[in-house]
Amino acid sequence: MFIFGRNAIKSITKNNHYNYLFLHFMWLFNSSIGRKFVMSLTGLALVLFLTFHASMNLVLIISESGYNWICEMLGANWYALVGTAGLAALVLIHFIYAFWLTIQNRAARGTDRYEETAKIWGVDWASKNMLVLGIVVVLGLLVHLYNFWFNMQLAELTEMETMFAPADGAGLVKYTFTGMLADGTMDGCWCHPVYCVVYLVWFVALWFHLTHGIWSALHTIGWSNLIWFKRIKTIGFIWATLVVLMFAAVVFYYLGVYFGACL
Amino acid sequence: MDQNINIKVKVWRQAGPKEQGHFETYELQNIFQGASFLEMIDILNEKLISEHKDPIAFDHDCREGICGMCSLYVNGHPHGPDQEITTCQLHMRKFHDGETITIEPWRSRAFPVIKDLMVDRSAYDKIMQAGGFVSVNTGGVPDANAIAIPKPVADEAMDAASCIGCGACAAACKNGSAMLFVSAKVSQLALLPQGKIEAARRAKAMVAKMDELGFGNCTNTGACAAECPKSVSLANIARLNREFICAKFKD
Amino acid sequence: MALQPQNGIITPEMAKIPQGPLEKKWTNYKDHQKLVNPANKRKLDIIVVGTGLAGASAAASLAEMGFNVLNFCIQDSPRRAHSIAAQGGINAAKNYQNDGDSIYRLYYDTIKGGDYRAREANVYRLAEVSNSIIDQCVAQGVPFAREYGGLLDNRSFGGAQVSRTFYAKGQTGQQLLLGAYSALSRQIGKGKVKMYTRYEMLDLVMIKDENGEDRARGIIARNLVTGRIERFFAHAVVIGTGGYGNTFFLSTNAMASNGSAAMQMYRHGAFFANPCYAQIHPTCIPKHGDFQSKLTLMSESLRNDGRIWVPKKLEDAKKLQAGTLKGRDIPEEDRDYYLERRYPAFGNLVPRDVASRAAKERCDKGFGVNNTGLAVFLDFSDAIKRLGKDVVAQKYGNLFQMYEKIVDENPYENPMMIFPAIHYTMGGIWVDYELQTSVKGLFCIGEANFSDHGANRLGASALMQGLADGYFVLPYTIQNYLADQISVPRMSTDLPEFAAAEKAVQDKIQKLMSIQGKRSVDSIHKELGLIMWDFVGMGRTAEGLKTAIKKIDEIKKEFWSNVFIPGKADSLNNELEKALRLADFIEIGRLMAVDALHREESCGGHFREEYQTPDGEALRQDDKFSYVGCWKYTGEDKEPELIKEPLDYEFTERKTRNYKA
Repeated sequence: MFIFGRNAIKSITKNNHYNYLFLHFMWLFNSSIGRKFVMSLTGLALVLFLTFHASMNLVLIISESGYNWICEMLGANWYALVGTAGLAALVLIHFIYAFWLTIQNRAARGTDRYEETAKIWGVDWASKNMLVLGIVVVLGLLVHLYNFWFNMQLAELTEMETMFAPADGAGLVKYTFTGMLADGTMDGCWCHPVYCVVYLVWFVALWFHLTHGIWSALHTIGWSNLIWFKRIKTIGFIWATLVVLMFAAVVFYYLGVYFGACL
Repeated sequence: MDQNINIKVKVWRQAGPKEQGHFETYELQNIFQGASFLEMIDILNEKLISEHKDPIAFDHDCREGICGMCSLYVNGHPHGPDQEITTCQLHMRKFHDGETITIEPWRSRAFPVIKDLMVDRSAYDKIMQAGGFVSVNTGGVPDANAIAIPKPVADEAMDAASCIGCGACAAACKNGSAMLFVSAKVSQLALLPQGKIEAARRAKAMVAKMDELGFGNCTNTGACAAECPKSVSLANIARLNREFICAKFKD
Repeated sequence: MALQPQNGIITPEMAKIPQGPLEKKWTNYKDHQKLVNPANKRKLDIIVVGTGLAGASAAASLAEMGFNVLNFCIQDSPRRAHSIAAQGGINAAKNYQNDGDSIYRLYYDTIKGGDYRAREANVYRLAEVSNSIIDQCVAQGVPFAREYGGLLDNRSFGGAQVSRTFYAKGQTGQQLLLGAYSALSRQIGKGKVKMYTRYEMLDLVMIKDENGEDRARGIIARNLVTGRIERFFAHAVVIGTGGYGNTFFLSTNAMASNGSAAMQMYRHGAFFANPCYAQIHPTCIPKHGDFQSKLTLMSESLRNDGRIWVPKKLEDAKKLQAGTLKGRDIPEEDRDYYLERRYPAFGNLVPRDVASRAAKERCDKGFGVNNTGLAVFLDFSDAIKRLGKDVVAQKYGNLFQMYEKIVDENPYENPMMIFPAIHYTMGGIWVDYELQTSVKGLFCIGEANFSDHGANRLGASALMQGLADGYFVLPYTIQNYLADQISVPRMSTDLPEFAAAEKAVQDKIQKLMSIQGKRSVDSIHKELGLIMWDFVGMGRTAEGLKTAIKKIDEIKKEFWSNVFIPGKADSLNNELEKALRLADFIEIGRLMAVDALHREESCGGHFREEYQTPDGEALRQDDKFSYVGCWKYTGEDKEPELIKEPLDYEFTERKTRNYKA
């Protein structure tokens, strides 16, 4: 790990203004709290995105046309593309840092492991398994991108031929989870209920990830003290649960539609 | 009521820092439950000595839970299966007849084993030497009552200051992080007006030393605070983060 | 030439007591002592052994001044020294409570509490610098308890009628030590102190100066991890290695606390003063079995709100001992609050020696309250009624928790059981006003010296003395010695004196290792401890002390012919460490008995049953024993020589200690 001495900083700053700026943010790479800070900020930004995404999804249950209006608004406009690129960057940074931190943390434990470990009261299961949960979340994300982003934003960009028009999000969602075509008939593929289950598993992993992630991120940023410690934990728990419930509501809704159609 | 119990003790034996370690199991009869855990090891060592074997090396000193010298990972817990105590305050009444007790040293890259259950915790001293102090010399200081400090602040500083530097936090942490230890000292001194003046400098120096010594990154699992014999609060870690991040942004 | 005792008497000149009125002595001294200029300080090395309150504060302060310091401790970190276990508090004459306190009153209480067996000038200086200690600690960030107004809180302690004790929960010693440790850490970080952890001093190295006079010039120490014997040079050596209470095996001292450094100084000609003055602390948790490794102390501060009692009726005591009755079930009228009864003025806050003897007296009469009959009650039911459980928990919660973990009984519901135990040794190496021993260049600070506590130490005074010595006394006085040493170059540790000292240590270790007998170190130590407790404990008699000396001589023989030390000498070897310490404990035990036998009076912690008033109080013999009893080493297995430092009280009238009215 590079530790930059004060003299090194001084000598560089004389010559190069950009390096100076760069060095000022080196702590985000070379200090443990800096790295955790990056994890927290990217994590929190993703939580905000998820919150927005989940509320948008909820519109689907209320009004399909409303949802499609949103899809059209976003589509492949420049701001949506910039947003998407930003999101991709956030996920990537969060992902890379997660592996980096985990490798360092495993090294810090040393070569000998404990023979016997006991459950420690007050330590959440999620907090010890954030990387695994994160990987599950990313795998789910890949499925999700294949299902939707591929058929919507990417299709619009490449003008690819798709089953549903890029802005007909509602139709695509309904088809993915139920197999119901635009004309109301079912394609009968077994894959649709499987998608529902896969998505629900994904959401469970996400819930675990968020129940630790939200409060932990706020804690790492330093927004906690003796009084707010419990409050932040509670807020994080409620927030995570709401977001995941909103996502799950859509899947359950279409599961209902699917079984209704099958019966 | 306390009774006599028979137990098996499975102990980590390691002849030196570079030697290969292994577990060895010993049987002990009629151990009184009113005895302390370390007294049980004393009895075992007396037995080993009478058999002309090498006694188990372990760190201990005050035996009243304040010096922080004793360590030991007992049945999967630093300082054993009881709350808010050090190993020397653990009593045999926490174990039952016929039980096998597993005793391991602290395991963390920054705490290498010296012999058997003894580890080198000088890394904690090095962190303190990097900045765990208020830079005042002896003499020439103002009257003790010159600066009033609100009682709740003084109390919170006292709670942070109660850390005994035993290393249980890093030993319990799956990431081998020393954040609870460092944050306790940073918090204590950042809370008090006497220490606030160099709070930013202190936080940066101590964190840099902590990172350099190979401790891991904190992921807020909370195992440290749950196993801390002095119940040092996890909230201190948030304060350390705050102090450090603010200091870095100010630079 | 240094002054030597004349006809076995240490004169005030040799003790270097400054002239002038009591309250001017220290100022006069500081005004006229020699100083070392900053450039020369860099050329001088000082060894400090020990990192307790005295050692750590001295090492830090000396390094801040510019000296090069080599600091040693036997633990893995300087923060673990046993000063850390002090709970209750630290005295200072701040008079923040407006209850009439003053430097003179603290001085007077301390000298009276010590049964008029301490040096007036030293005790006054201690009281004088006490206020600076509190200022210093607050500036370091020691989180003392505060009142809602933000100012410092105080509580009262035994032997005083004012509230002058500053405290940090029940962990005052810890916080003060961590303060000194932080100052020390700062100097280690700066490179001004070279810290040696897990090192044990095994001998002192003396080198003759140009006048042929011995001076302390270094130490031989063993690296406890590798077993290597190493040599260290310095221009002066400061010893702050604490007391020798572990001679008794069971004491409130830490497991590694020992008197070996003291014995090494003693063998090189430093006088051992008042070895028989050992303090028995009244509020310890009673012994629970033969396997017991140490005794746990509970703070004297508990006596602020707790009331001490035993049953009035012998049959109730019998039932308590049989376990058929609980303390809480005994009605108020059947309880004997014996301290309040005997000492109405001070009640439960009488000094430690008085409280301990009173407990022993009740238990000897058969009123003990546990299965061994060696315990009395410390009851908080009144305090809980008066203040509420929450307030009591706030003040004493950590002590109650500690008690419950050990005894497995809830002290909020049933009175706690306590019994006296060896806690502190007032005796120690003789030092002059400059804290220099009778060996040139060798200084002794903290509990290790014979100290300012006389025959008995008041609560919350040990922390005060340790820090006074380390922060505010030694850093001045040592300069008076070092000012003459600036032309002395650093010496090589290859000098024959170093080689000879190392060889002697190696030989001693070799001798111990080769005994290969049948007994473990601890088993012999326990035997010594029992003899000490039975004959050199709370009640001593001439006959008992003679028996003790005979038995200790037998133990010495047994030790040197039948001890077994496993392992090798040149590696980590706990048993060898313990054996080396026990060899010295045996000598100290004997010295304590010899001193106790010679001192035919009762004073403070030394109670000779032949010398008591009709109602069982200590009876001093001021006409015969108003002196510091110093013992000079005359050779292995030879009787030591007694040297006296008369204690002529110029400024204070000696009275019989009275805590009754």
